[in-house]
Amino acid sequence: MLGLRVLLKREDLVHAGSHKLNNVVGQALLTRRMGKRRLVAETGAGQHGVAAATAAALFGLECTVYMGELDTERQELNVFRMELLGAEVRPVRAGSRTLKDAVNEALRDWVATVDHTHYCIGSVMGPHPFPYMVRELQRVVGDEAREQCRALLGGDDPDFVVACVGGGSNAAGTFAGFAPTRSRLVGVEAAGGAAASDGIPGVLHGMRSLLLQDEAGQILEAESISAGLDYPGIGPEHAHLAASGRARYEKATDAEALDAFRLLARAEGILAALEPAHALAWVVREAGQAVPEGSTVLITLSGRGDKDVAQVRELLAAGRDGR
Amino acid sequence: MIALEPWLRARRDEGRKLLVPYVMGGMSEDWVESLQAVVAAGADAVEVGIPFSDPMMDGPVIQRAGVHALDRGATPARVVDDIASAELAIPVAVMTYYNIVFRMGHRRMARSLRAAGIGAAIVPDLPLEELDPWAAEADAAEVATVLLVAPSTPQARVARICARSRGFVYAVARMGVTGERESLGSDSADVVRRIRQVTDTPVCVGVGVSTPAQARTACAVADGVVVGSALVRRLLEGGGPDAAAELVGQLRAAIDEM
Repeated sequence: MLGLRVLLKREDLVHAGSHKLNNVVGQALLTRRMGKRRLVAETGAGQHGVAAATAAALFGLECTVYMGELDTERQELNVFRMELLGAEVRPVRAGSRTLKDAVNEALRDWVATVDHTHYCIGSVMGPHPFPYMVRELQRVVGDEAREQCRALLGGDDPDFVVACVGGGSNAAGTFAGFAPTRSRLVGVEAAGGAAASDGIPGVLHGMRSLLLQDEAGQILEAESISAGLDYPGIGPEHAHLAASGRARYEKATDAEALDAFRLLARAEGILAALEPAHALAWVVREAGQAVPEGSTVLITLSGRGDKDVAQVRELLAAGRDGR
Repeated sequence: MIALEPWLRARRDEGRKLLVPYVMGGMSEDWVESLQAVVAAGADAVEVGIPFSDPMMDGPVIQRAGVHALDRGATPARVVDDIASAELAIPVAVMTYYNIVFRMGHRRMARSLRAAGIGAAIVPDLPLEELDPWAAEADAAEVATVLLVAPSTPQARVARICARSRGFVYAVARMGVTGERESLGSDSADVVRRIRQVTDTPVCVGVGVSTPAQARTACAVADGVVVGSALVRRLLEGGGPDAAAELVGQLRAAIDEM
């Protein structure tokens, strides 16, 4: 259909529905090791929140999840999931009421509770050692994918390795497996929140990276249909990979992501989350162009789309798909 | 420009307790008048917030003031200009977050503060390890960089922070963000004692110091207090310069009685 050989790394099949579990299990173990009894987490789409709540239940930890009020509305089902798992979800009404504000609130909670609480950050962001730690906990995605690609491609690596980027944890984990290979690495951001493409250097949430901001340094609000990509920055390692040229960062629009979401559902019977639908959308758009015909392409399908179905129905009914 | 540290030291050495109120720059039409009222009511120095979109150290009251200021079009340059125009007779410290400093550039920021007669800066999300590039420019411009010590700060680090802090040392009364509390943090006296062990620089307690009684308790061990949210809340409620002066007057009286 695309003239490409597309391989999907199926993190949507991970327990709790996304790659986020890889990270939270590691951090929950560290929490116990540090003798702490509570996790705080931020969440955008709710996938990290659900994963944190899942790990907290498994390891007997308390769990508080901060989520932008706007996100609690568009991801109602994930809020209920977290509550079923025993977590407390606190809606954040400040600022843009999305992921960045949830991070602010989680940090504010943490400074007051650090004696017994670990901040289980969900992406490759924040102060050192979080970006490094989360990448290492997610590199299983890239290591597995490389091994599986080599099995499928007769010992070869794919021509392109593509993942969506909000903060960038699934991409960082994926890229970690392929950094030493010949594969071309592509991170795909939501067009309304493309910090790698449109950001400038700044310091936020304890990290120096590329941020969407105005001239004075006020952080701008990212805007996308995908709550998980609504973050005005990217992890610092992505900024580094962009600067060094080892990875390139591209954008996909809301409409392109919705199209890709439907395409994958029809073609493969897979409901992907809207976040990786952006990665898919870029490949669909660039097939035969930036991605030459006959290329092999690995896409990390970072999560499943059940959480997005209600929102997709509304968007399609409202004609937000650009038609 | 009035240099902060000699000024505060002189007053402390006379036996006076130090009162450092906080006002968010640009938060209302009459914020400069409020600032002047605060000075007239007995402040020893003032702290002026330069609003930032993501004030992680601040609780709801100062966050709201920051949103008001940004909605009114406040920029770092405008707040600095307004402070200069206020022609205050006591030292001024600006409080902001590092991205504002970073975007303006260390040298440009330090020089613009100096040019506006602002003698100090507090940048709470700039850790000691990353301080040098800013501090070098601030020192060159004779702008004092006030550093913070928290209840969780290990003693060896307290010593390093105090060695680098200029103006005063900001003792954080409790683990948490700014905002009014029912009681003064129980950690505050311990933090002040630990700072005293390693420095002679004046020590002011902030974060959750809201009432005259709390100010007095804090000043039993510290040289002074920083009061932010309690004052900013009165301004958000529309009290204007009169309400600001009233609270500062009460705080002044409470610590002068000691």
